[in-house]
Amino acid sequence: MESITPILEFKKTCISYTKQTMAVKYVSTAIEKNTITAIMGPSGCGKSTLLRAVNLMHNLYQNIRVDGEILLNGENILSMEPIDVRRRVGMVFQRPAPFPTMSIYDNVLSGFTLNGIKLSKAEKDATVERCLRSVALWDEVKDVLNKKGTFLSGGQQQRLCIARALAMKPDVLLMDEPTSALDPIATKHIEELLLELQKEVTILIVTHNMGQAKRISSKSMFMYLGELVEYGDTETMFTNPIDERTKAYLTGKM
Amino acid sequence: MNDKLYRITLFVAALIMPIVCGGVVYALVTDAYDAFEHFGFLKFLTSSEWSYTEGNEQYGALPFITGTLMTTLLALIFCIPFSLPVALFVGEYFKGTKVASVLSTVTDLLAGIPSIIYGLWGFYTLRPIIMALNISPQGSGILTASLVLAIMIIPYATSLSAEFIKMVPNDLKEGAYSLGATRAEVVRKVIFPVAGSGIFSSYVLAIGRALGETMTVTMLIGNTNNIPNSITSTGNSMASIIANQFGEADDLRLSSLIAIGLVLFLITALINMIGKIMIKRTRIA
Repeated sequence: MESITPILEFKKTCISYTKQTMAVKYVSTAIEKNTITAIMGPSGCGKSTLLRAVNLMHNLYQNIRVDGEILLNGENILSMEPIDVRRRVGMVFQRPAPFPTMSIYDNVLSGFTLNGIKLSKAEKDATVERCLRSVALWDEVKDVLNKKGTFLSGGQQQRLCIARALAMKPDVLLMDEPTSALDPIATKHIEELLLELQKEVTILIVTHNMGQAKRISSKSMFMYLGELVEYGDTETMFTNPIDERTKAYLTGKM
Repeated sequence: MNDKLYRITLFVAALIMPIVCGGVVYALVTDAYDAFEHFGFLKFLTSSEWSYTEGNEQYGALPFITGTLMTTLLALIFCIPFSLPVALFVGEYFKGTKVASVLSTVTDLLAGIPSIIYGLWGFYTLRPIIMALNISPQGSGILTASLVLAIMIIPYATSLSAEFIKMVPNDLKEGAYSLGATRAEVVRKVIFPVAGSGIFSSYVLAIGRALGETMTVTMLIGNTNNIPNSITSTGNSMASIIANQFGEADDLRLSSLIAIGLVLFLITALINMIGKIMIKRTRIA
């Protein structure tokens, strides 16, 4: 049988902030296309650090070292231009942060404006509608597109940020606890949205919320003290974890 | 009981400030009244005569208002290309590094140099250069004063705008980077729009300082009472004419000088108020 190249693959990925300690230790795993993979683990286990490395966010800060390989469609992103990587890998952060000086319309298109890509009016309109529809925000905001993005509620702002990332048509969408600043209803909206979105984009989501991981992800990673302890089908991991540490975490004993 | 005494002391101390301010304004207005009454308020502001021939005294503030506005505006123009990059360097590109802290300390140090020192430097170093470059024969003038003035206001504009640049939330910057923006694009399309009104207000406050700067300008502007017809010509600013003539003036001339002082006070107060209001309005998410 022909082997399929995974969309994203970590190969002995190590990340360190200081010379002595590693925040992420020799993580090796492959992420399948069009899945939602949840990354779980206690605070400080390196899950956000690992996620951010996929978007080369560490390049923005000094002293962060990333070793090993991270392959995107078989190509090592660590030796690619950050700008090219980030256009193919979108990211949504913990706190919704639409650009406060831009309208809702311009926020969706901000990826293009920031990169100096010119679009025709028709292309712009189409992109805005497509992206806002795919985050189920279109009906709520179609009449106020010229208002500032910061006028929206927290959940709407976060969906706007997802729309902004989707506008660039990324292969992979990274989400760093995207619902932790939101109320349960907004969280539910986003979760339903992610289940829809996995048809078009591969999602990697860091979450503290085990219920959320169970509800939306098909694969799960459990990290502890920088190590990838366990990776597998979410259902299997929740019902029958292999590692003691995973079990302890999932049963709230850690 | 003790607490009451304490509160009264604080209250009295606090009361002194508005009293002093009110007293200054009152003294300016009463002493300037003669000049305004004699020439008329608008006439005084728009006349360019400044002659103290006895029997036909003519005083008008226009040359000095022009001199002040020209030096201030030029100083601002010279200041921006230096202060903005330094503010970006300290507030964004090298934020939190040793280089940035050394640089901002040095910049702040510049603010502490007494204006007489700037004046001396301008007079003995810059003026000969201006003469050697054949820019103006006498070396002193609007341009010379503005150049030194620019150096003097750079620290104020720089450290304040660097603070506003620093305050732009990381969330927004990372959000922009995650969409594939380069650093230059983040600066242009995220940092400047978000910190823009703060940066603008720091320049307004820098203008406030340049307007009233006396010693340096007096030493370098050339002290002639004409409306400057080019940036290399000599002139006088509102502050420098007062500094030049207050010792020998009496009666109507003194009153006219004080009237200029009142106008300068009002302009400066207005500019500072605008700057402060803008800073308050700058809400960075």
